[in-house]
Amino acid sequence: MSDKVIICEALTKQFGDFVAVNHISFDVGKGEIFGFLGANGAGKTTAMRILCGLSYPSSGKATVAGFDVYKQQESIKKNIGYMSQKFSLYENLTVLENIEFFGGVYGLSSAEIRRRSDRLVNKLGLTQEAKKLVGALPLGWKQKLAFSVAIFHDPQIVFLDEPTGGVDPITRRQFWDMIYEAAAAGITVFVTTHYMDEAEYCNRITVMVDGKVEALDTPGHLKAKFGVGSMDEVFYQLARGAKRSAD
Amino acid sequence: MNAVVLDHITKTYDAGKVLAVDDVSLEVAAGELFGLIGPDGAGKTSLFRILTTLLLPDKGTASVNGKDCVKDYKAIRRSVGYMPGRFSLYQDLTVAENLHFFATLFGTTIDANYDLIRDIYEQIKPFSDRRAGKLSGGMKQKLALCCALVHKPEVLFLDEPTTGVDAVSRKEFWEMLRTLKQQGITIVVSTPYMDEAMLCERIALIQEGKIMSVDTPANVIATFPVKLYAVKTDNIYRLLTSLREDAAVDSCYAFGEYVHVTFRDDAAPDLRAWQQSLAAKGHGRIEVKAISPTIEDSFIRLMNEKQNV
Repeated sequence: MSDKVIICEALTKQFGDFVAVNHISFDVGKGEIFGFLGANGAGKTTAMRILCGLSYPSSGKATVAGFDVYKQQESIKKNIGYMSQKFSLYENLTVLENIEFFGGVYGLSSAEIRRRSDRLVNKLGLTQEAKKLVGALPLGWKQKLAFSVAIFHDPQIVFLDEPTGGVDPITRRQFWDMIYEAAAAGITVFVTTHYMDEAEYCNRITVMVDGKVEALDTPGHLKAKFGVGSMDEVFYQLARGAKRSAD
Repeated sequence: MNAVVLDHITKTYDAGKVLAVDDVSLEVAAGELFGLIGPDGAGKTSLFRILTTLLLPDKGTASVNGKDCVKDYKAIRRSVGYMPGRFSLYQDLTVAENLHFFATLFGTTIDANYDLIRDIYEQIKPFSDRRAGKLSGGMKQKLALCCALVHKPEVLFLDEPTTGVDAVSRKEFWEMLRTLKQQGITIVVSTPYMDEAMLCERIALIQEGKIMSVDTPANVIATFPVKLYAVKTDNIYRLLTSLREDAAVDSCYAFGEYVHVTFRDDAAPDLRAWQQSLAAKGHGRIEVKAISPTIEDSFIRLMNEKQNV
């Protein structure tokens, strides 16, 4: 079982009478690209917050990177990376300052940060922009930089919350190249998206509906099981019966 | 008469340093469902704000229903509905209060044009006493649409109404738009989701302030200049890596479970030999098929052409 980096067993989160996450169980393997889908309000964000060590479950078990979500939240935070479309980088800091800041937050030494940031800036082709404010970069570059910063400390797992919203189709694909590369290097990728074509890029997919995991399989198997040609239709069939809706 | 006309519109920000809209001209016919398709930063919102008289262009003229967007701004404001990209209703007012407020603002009542909003409003009516700030994303979107429609506008501007909304709600929203169109309202809608382009009668593909193409979705696809193939193997990432070094391949990019490929020798690519070369490189379960392009393929191609000019 050592190659399982996320294990959930009957994980549940209740807010009063409302069961946001209802007995979900799944494993995610090392280096896997794991798509976490669901309609608005299905409970994705709540589940993700628990797995990132930001919120306690009400019941059930889960470990992330080998650490317990009840007792070892701080260890979890050190071993994961997180990126969302909504908040990722400080617009009023330069490219280098952002890298330095997040490297420091994730506990890297100054020497290590310097060494890695040179490499990263070169790799992204941002040498000219290294001392420019992030706010001045085009959106696509910001997203790529944000992802690189989220895996800067070589985490075991990176959580990506709708990382490609609003991005042009070419940049979106360049972004997925980076995801593939990270996964090939052994980083587990846990990703949510509203783009159903991106669901196809994942090794396995979960679809959450009203707090429960209603489907968990490879995109190919899911399409075969539902007898449809695209993940869009799989999602539609599963989610159209949903009773809940929220942000 | 055209409902919307943009004539060589240019808009810059930051004292001319940021070019948001670059010499854009297009026309939308009365009663048309027209889509502005492009990513964030393409200039979609600037165009909406110019057309709704909230922003002055640097150059060019724009009109809505024959009225000038600068001189006749008061008349335009009375006759258009605008749903901005960010939720802009009063969070502290209830659903019913918001709708009443917007009706009053336009000198009308909820009942006067109730036919127009009935189908949409009935869905949120059970929550009419709830504050707008406490609504779910899908319900906020429906309320915002009702508020944009309550004065029976002739032209409806919807700026990214489906962004951040799940696939099921997106489908429902487009059904609502189709119903509205049947009632004769001109609709201009923007979206970053390329698949939604197919639901419009005509579309403009827009990128970095420039219009790359204006046509019906079917024509945009029909004018795709080369043959397109979908390729699949047992490992898509490895396939992409090797296709990028393949001399026979002109372009390749991931597309769902396939990689879309065009060939340098477009007229007569030797697919059999090519497939064998893939097998020789260790790719397994190779599948190659000719396909018709989607709007997203066209968009990618136009973007690449623009960058290579």
